[in-house]
Amino acid sequence: MQLPLFSVLDTVRELGWSGAVELFRNGLALGSLYALIALGYTMVYGILKLLNFAHGDVYMVGAFIGFGVLNAFGGSPSPSIAILPLIVLMFVVAMLGSGVLGVVIERFAYRPLRSSPRLTLLITALGVSFFLQNSMLLLFGAQFRSYQSFQLGSDNPAAFEPGPLVEPVFTIADVNFQRIQLAVFATSIALMVALTLLVAKTTLGKAMRATAFDHEAAAMMGIDVNRVIAATFFIGSVLAGAAGVMFGLMFSQINHFMGFYAGLKGFTAAVVGGIGSIPGAMLGGLLVGLVESYAQGYLGGQWSDIAVFGILIFVLLVRPTGLLGARAIQKV
Amino acid sequence: MGSQSDRPLPPEPVEPDGPRVGVDEWVASADRLQDRPAGVAGALRRAGEVVTPPIQLAIFAGLAATVPFWLGTGDLFTYGIFVLLYVLLGLGLNTIVGFAGLLDLGYVAFFGFGAYMYAILSSDHYGIHWPAIVTVPLVVVTTASLGLLLGIPSRRLLGDYLAIVTLFFGQAFVVFVNATNPVVAGKGLTGGPNGIADIDPLSFFGLEATTRTQQYYVLLVSAVLILTGLHFVNQSRTGRALRSLREDPLAAGAIGIPVNRLKLMAFAIGAGIAGFTGCIFGTLLTAVTAGNFDIPILITIYAVVILGGFGSLSGVVLGALVITVSFQFLAPENPQNNARVLFYLLIVLVIVLLLRSWWRVALVLAATVALGVAVQAAVEAVAPSWAGGPVVEGGRLGDLIDSWVLIPEGHQDFGNVAYVALVVAVLAVTQLRPSRRIFALPAVAYLAAVVWETSFVLQPAVARWILFGALLVVLMNVRPQGLLGTPRVEIV
Repeated sequence: MQLPLFSVLDTVRELGWSGAVELFRNGLALGSLYALIALGYTMVYGILKLLNFAHGDVYMVGAFIGFGVLNAFGGSPSPSIAILPLIVLMFVVAMLGSGVLGVVIERFAYRPLRSSPRLTLLITALGVSFFLQNSMLLLFGAQFRSYQSFQLGSDNPAAFEPGPLVEPVFTIADVNFQRIQLAVFATSIALMVALTLLVAKTTLGKAMRATAFDHEAAAMMGIDVNRVIAATFFIGSVLAGAAGVMFGLMFSQINHFMGFYAGLKGFTAAVVGGIGSIPGAMLGGLLVGLVESYAQGYLGGQWSDIAVFGILIFVLLVRPTGLLGARAIQKV
Repeated sequence: MGSQSDRPLPPEPVEPDGPRVGVDEWVASADRLQDRPAGVAGALRRAGEVVTPPIQLAIFAGLAATVPFWLGTGDLFTYGIFVLLYVLLGLGLNTIVGFAGLLDLGYVAFFGFGAYMYAILSSDHYGIHWPAIVTVPLVVVTTASLGLLLGIPSRRLLGDYLAIVTLFFGQAFVVFVNATNPVVAGKGLTGGPNGIADIDPLSFFGLEATTRTQQYYVLLVSAVLILTGLHFVNQSRTGRALRSLREDPLAAGAIGIPVNRLKLMAFAIGAGIAGFTGCIFGTLLTAVTAGNFDIPILITIYAVVILGGFGSLSGVVLGALVITVSFQFLAPENPQNNARVLFYLLIVLVIVLLLRSWWRVALVLAATVALGVAVQAAVEAVAPSWAGGPVVEGGRLGDLIDSWVLIPEGHQDFGNVAYVALVVAVLAVTQLRPSRRIFALPAVAYLAAVVWETSFVLQPAVARWILFGALLVVLMNVRPQGLLGTPRVEIV
């Protein structure tokens, strides 16, 4: 039996410097998606102490809405309107749609259980997730749908000429950084900054922090707790919807099951960064993305999920509060 | 205990009239209400008190033992054997979730681990053919140890972290078995996507369980033994400690209950039972593949335990019976007419539970039928292409459905639109006041029938997952204790 370590070193040498840069680029792109998903987990967890299993599926639905908008305007490779407004429209519709879905889930599945034991809530969340996944399977079938973003807006799609989205912006060590990858990275950073400002500076943000701290006390101070929780779900789901469209634009292939693993990894990112912490979610997301990407490159694709699981276990054993999380005090 | 009867009995405590110190008035009144439940539910509960667990077990074992005599071999496999498999799986999960209150979402991985380990040790895969009498105990011990190992991080994890770690563990298992498949002794350990085939049958001292009837009895005996064992565990000091751990781990720890040890124990017992079931499962199918140990099966086992009620052993049996029979009815390879009847019965049952008054139920059902006939007639007159579709596998009910349910011809997305409309309609009905619900119910029931005939009937396997997912959500919202569980009082 060949020792795996040596084969890993061989792979590292083989891929060389440009391979490492490429994996880094992929990891950053993937990580910014995980970070966006992780934000939704972290916000909901912070305010309800609920692990919202359905969050990954909201992301999946977002990707499908984006796909629907793309197809409504003629679809890739040559849509009937200019690309930039089309992409903006895809984002807006998917974000709103996912946001509404998140609010509906909260309103109908979680709100009646506000005072129930945690186990009840968790199983409900599991049921919602399973329900959404299979509803999409019923509606759209099991096959992958493709955004075909590689050719989106291409001048000559018949010859498989790449479109403007995958045009390289700059090159480091022979690795092209494509426009879409940089745009996704920049957009997710922008969304995170916006979210941080929202939580830190606005009245709604203040109400969210107060509600997360203590529901009853917040209610007594005149905060409409239900509305704040609904807003939290809306914002978290909006970010997930944006991440879904980004995934579609970057990797093209979407199907009903994509939300499950993305959700698991998003939650891992939230835990690694420290649950309840917004910068932690970003950091955790990037870290998980990078680990997954490097594991995929150096160990092989079949190990990437197991590697991410390894980080989760490691962080939970060594530092359960995560990288940036505050030490949780269990109140009685 | 004999020496106690010699001593004089302590005086009867005096019952004061008003509320006493340490007894909450509301709790006391709730107790009194529970004492005298009315109606069918009350009669059932009183019956449950008379029929004690040993009698229940005897009835179950007696009835189950007769099953091979009146069920054909094929049905014995799809119904009898699978019910018992889910009873066993449910019992294991019930130990972890129901007794100890630990949300283990990687449970199905223990089941898979047991099946794979048995398969590796007793099949042609490596040419190892250890007898079941050696393999099964070895597998059970190993799986239980694996449960302990996974339980170790759980000691420090609060509920939700545990859920995600175990869920991830379960997925890691599937990925490991399916894709990673490391090479051991010149061969993929788990056979990858092909799995491992040609697994040896169960054999005990030369007696082989090869026919379905023999396998059924092996399962039945195991189920009865495990039920008995768990009943005694539940009645014992340990069982009480587990219940207190489930209700409030912090308080349980504070009164000196060894919380961590109990959690690990629950994990080990549950995992051991799952591993044991895995062995039997492997011998039943004579092959194992990763797809058998994925999320859908996990959801099904959860549905079994939740429907029956957390912590209730008889509940697991009942849940396994209901869930497995509906599961198999909805399997794509089985005749669709059974599934259809089941679905319509489910609609009627939901209406009965919602209205709880026979004449109203009759009214709603009559209105539903009338609505269907009216809609069908109207559409046929106006736009015939929207009403002329064929009934899929209608059987004897075909003509009846054809003249009642709207099935468009050649409008592909109609089923999808109807499904989304149904989900929206159901959500909207939950927001109506109960007194107004009765007016919306016929339309929703009819819509459900349309969805079945135009969408679900084409993909019954997907429909069953949708229904199970919805079942979890609805049960948790309406009756979190399940059918036979005891309601939990949240103490703040």
